[in-house]
Amino acid sequence: MEGQLAHIGAGIAGLGTGIAALGVGNVAASFLSGALRNPSAAAAQTATLFIGIAFAEALGIFSFLIALLLMFAV
Amino acid sequence: MATETHSATGNGMADVMGVDGHDMATSSTGMPQLDFSTWANQIFWLLVALIVIYLVLSRVALPRIAAVLAERQGTISNDIARAEDLKRQASEAEAAYEQALKDARAEAQAISQNTRDEIKTQVTKATQEADARIAEKTAEAESAVAAIRASAMENVEAVAKDTAEALVAALGGSADTAVISDAVDNRMKG
Amino acid sequence: MATEANGAETGGLVFHPMDQFIVRPLFGDGPVGMFTLTNATLWLALTVLAVIAIMVLGTSRRAIIPSRSQSVGELAYGFVYKMVEDVTGKDGVKYFPYIMSLFMFVVLANFLGLIPMSFATTSHFAVTVVLALAVFLAVTILGFVNNGVSFLGMFWVTSAPLALRPVLAIIELISYFVRPVSHSIRLAGNIMAGHAVIKVFAGFAALAVVSPISILAITAMYGLEVLVAFIQAYVFTILTCVYLKDALSPHH
Repeated sequence: MEGQLAHIGAGIAGLGTGIAALGVGNVAASFLSGALRNPSAAAAQTATLFIGIAFAEALGIFSFLIALLLMFAV
Repeated sequence: MATETHSATGNGMADVMGVDGHDMATSSTGMPQLDFSTWANQIFWLLVALIVIYLVLSRVALPRIAAVLAERQGTISNDIARAEDLKRQASEAEAAYEQALKDARAEAQAISQNTRDEIKTQVTKATQEADARIAEKTAEAESAVAAIRASAMENVEAVAKDTAEALVAALGGSADTAVISDAVDNRMKG
Repeated sequence: MATEANGAETGGLVFHPMDQFIVRPLFGDGPVGMFTLTNATLWLALTVLAVIAIMVLGTSRRAIIPSRSQSVGELAYGFVYKMVEDVTGKDGVKYFPYIMSLFMFVVLANFLGLIPMSFATTSHFAVTVVLALAVFLAVTILGFVNNGVSFLGMFWVTSAPLALRPVLAIIELISYFVRPVSHSIRLAGNIMAGHAVIKVFAGFAALAVVSPISILAITAMYGLEVLVAFIQAYVFTILTCVYLKDALSPHH
């Protein structure tokens, strides 16, 4: 029973990765709309783009990690 | 993802992992990443690897690449400088050519101008000579005409006096020669 | 995920997505001691060899007109050098060899981990935590060495209202200490997640009906993972540069 609850928790935690995907998409979409308005300034901001994506992605990875922990370590 | 067929409470995590029990006997958790018994090993070898990479890069690779890049930069800027030099030489040569062309043109113009001037002076001189000769001839001719006219007038006077004398004689009068010539002179003047 | 390999099964599918990360001794079957040669050791050594191959052997001819292998090393050099220069400014250039070592290790370990049947060293927290802690400690020490106590001014946001500053200081402090955590978990988590997902799709390939889809999915994921392997190395390096810039000039 306890293990099954952990699996349910893992599933819920797995939703977090999907929500993080929204965040990553948001970052990329904002970058793209900004870049299309001002393409000359876009090239200088790709590093910032990747940093932003990495921060958003990291939180999704956290929830993925929690899912894994619930699956295997609890 | 999990289709557990039976509860794995008794056998511990190794059973949950679906790994053979003896294989994972040393691990305390189901995730290999959280199996802290291997951390010392991994950290040790990681540090060895990082130190090797750092030494190799900082002692050998990076100075070498930096040198190559600097050399390439130097070569490129040298080549560019040489190209600039050649370009400058070419433009100098072009300028010299243009100058020579201009000089030649100017010289040709000067020569033709000179020739033209010379010809003009010659023509002028010839014209003046011709004019002078013409004027001389004209003067000669005029003086000749004047002489002829004068002699003709004299002849006419003489004839007129003779005629007048003869007429007077024929009419029976005797006329003084001086009176007759005065009368003729008066008449001719009139 | 944990279908029993032995015992009565109904599905017939066997998933062991995490087994690929198990550290095993290369020779024998004993416990993993500190100096035991393991599969992790092997792939760390291969990473070192790959770095040497690209950066030393590839550039050994020192040609003015680079050969193909030489341009790889020069591209990597130029890429990281520009990154360090752009992010940290002129002051950070003297730390370029450290950052270059970090980048070459992470990127090549990620790529080598993508070779089928290989072992992804960067998917282990033991590796990434050491990397992130090294960066964290180095940056903190550098910050104090370069700026003295005024390095703490980074946490005291003078542009905020006075009443808010203590709260902000706590938040800044927490975010500062979370840096190594997120720094390490981001890298390991990305690599682990990608490998585990590929492994799960590979598990589906056992069913003949879905195996074409499964193989297609593996191919697609593999392409994505190649991208992720590079991007994570890039992100790891550029975040190191960002943290380094904070240490060099905390008042930004």
